[in-house]
Amino acid sequence: MEMLAYSFMQRAFLAVLMVGLLCSVLSFFVVLNKLSFMGAGISHAVLGGLAIGVLLGVNPLYTGGAFAVLIALLVGYISKHSKIGTDTVTGIFFVTGMALGITLISFKEGYYPELFSLLFGNVLAVSAADLRFLGVVMALVLLFIFLFFKELLTISFDEELARASGLPVTPLYLGLLVSVALTVVISVLVVGVNLAAALLVIPAATGFKLSRNYRVMLLLAVAVGLISGLGGLVISYNFNTPSGAAIVLCAAAIFFLSLLRSTAVRICSALFSAKKTADAFPAAKEKVKKPGRQ
Amino acid sequence: MTGPAVIETRDLNVYLEEHHILENINISIASGEMAGIIGPNGAGKTTLMRVLLGLVRATAGQVKIFGRTPEMLGGMRDEIGYIPQRPVFHRHFPVSTLDVVLMGMVTPTSLGRPFSRLQREKARDSLEMVGLWDLEAKPFTELSGGQQQRAFLARALCREPRLLLLDEPNAGLDLPAQSRFFTLLGELQQSHNLTVVMVSHDLTLIARYAHKLICINRTMHVHGSPAEVLNSPHLEKAYRCEFDVLFGSRERG
Ligand SMILES: Nc1ncnc2c1ncn2[C@@H]1O[C@H](COP(=O)(O)OP(=O)(O)OP(=O)(O)O)[C@@H](O)[C@H]1O
Ligand SMILES: [Mg+2]
Repeated sequence: MEMLAYSFMQRAFLAVLMVGLLCSVLSFFVVLNKLSFMGAGISHAVLGGLAIGVLLGVNPLYTGGAFAVLIALLVGYISKHSKIGTDTVTGIFFVTGMALGITLISFKEGYYPELFSLLFGNVLAVSAADLRFLGVVMALVLLFIFLFFKELLTISFDEELARASGLPVTPLYLGLLVSVALTVVISVLVVGVNLAAALLVIPAATGFKLSRNYRVMLLLAVAVGLISGLGGLVISYNFNTPSGAAIVLCAAAIFFLSLLRSTAVRICSALFSAKKTADAFPAAKEKVKKPGRQ
Repeated sequence: MTGPAVIETRDLNVYLEEHHILENINISIASGEMAGIIGPNGAGKTTLMRVLLGLVRATAGQVKIFGRTPEMLGGMRDEIGYIPQRPVFHRHFPVSTLDVVLMGMVTPTSLGRPFSRLQREKARDSLEMVGLWDLEAKPFTELSGGQQQRAFLARALCREPRLLLLDEPNAGLDLPAQSRFFTLLGELQQSHNLTVVMVSHDLTLIARYAHKLICINRTMHVHGSPAEVLNSPHLEKAYRCEFDVLFGSRERG
């Protein structure tokens, strides 16, 4: 592995592993609570916060992080206290934040490369400070999920029961939204604003296709996150393609393979039961052989 | 077998977004009693349950559960088992039957701590009580509707409640499953001296098992023994329809 000889590559590997782990754990709750549009919304809106950092000359992760948390809390609050649905609120923040980001960043001279790396990610440019931020966010979010896993699972399954049991449903839900926001910001480092939401959906979606047990599902999701992160990085290094896109393509490839597998299983079992029916009822054989024709 | 009042409301009034949902509700349910709440769709039955649980605030009047207001229940909340009406969950929610039952143990007391061995045992015991012990590892979403309802009953029972609030727990069950459900509930109620409040649209069945029926449609129309309630002219007023159609004739009681 001569690619690991470069320190920027070592940082890239660390970043990809941490982002892959965090995104896949969180994607479990994103998929269960149907928050994927919110993930996409926050990741695009966060461009506004990142641009503020670029303009002020501070690490865009810090301003982006604060901005994302604010948006998550606002979305949570507004959709709870007004008649506007979550999707509508998210959609409005989605475009407003993005427009704000593009406008702000255009004030900076020669802004194009900066904008490009925010939009599409540049994992090779991850700094030591970025890594520290990433580490802190990962520790906080994983601790939150680890401590309150059963509560979050209960709320996702039956919010009414959770409220009746006296659980602090709203704080926990807002905590989940903040976790999503922070995770989105750090995955912008790796795959950029445009693709960040992919990592919040694909790992759990793959696990969903392959298992009905959340423990197995979580393990599968983490495996997908880590494998696609590492695989994408290796591919982008060897073929000199953008790393963010390579990572997302790897994850998508694994997802489609899982789809293929579950479809194959379904077809096989359908064929098997059709054969059993046909054996049991010889007269029905014709119909079984030519489905679709009367 | 009946004791002091577990639930008591006095002139309870609830407004939701300027609509008068519940008007002057006065009920009293004693310890060990099984009370049925009946009334047409939109009558406010679910709202009444949510008021008892402290999820909806009374606009006026008094509510007492175990002698306390619902907001002040604190740890006594653990002594209430609840089956909400029609929970909505992801179609392929990846949990086993036992996982769902364990959710009944998720309370503020154990916030941030893993389930104890004792809790797991109690969850298994309550699965056994509802006759689902052999399905504990099965994915919950692969159970039949009736099995899911029984699992919800197990979920409500596993915290060893003194009071059960059940919102249409028998909806979607076929007739044998309904009477099995009621029989099971009756047995559990007897053996554990549970107080049960159940919302149901099946008047015939609930009249057979409940000690007391409460008929509401925004306001309370009748409150009494099943015979009194079903034979009362107020029932027709509450439902705004002729009951002879439903019962054939009124010889029941
Ligand atoms: N959160 C709410 N905000 C405003 N109105 C509400 C709310 N929840 C319920 N309502 C209204 O209160 C009334 C009573 O609703 P509730 O769900 O208590 O009826 P129900 O007796 O349980 O009916 P069903 O038999 O259909 O379950 C309905 O008219 C409903 O529209
Ligand atoms: Mg109802």
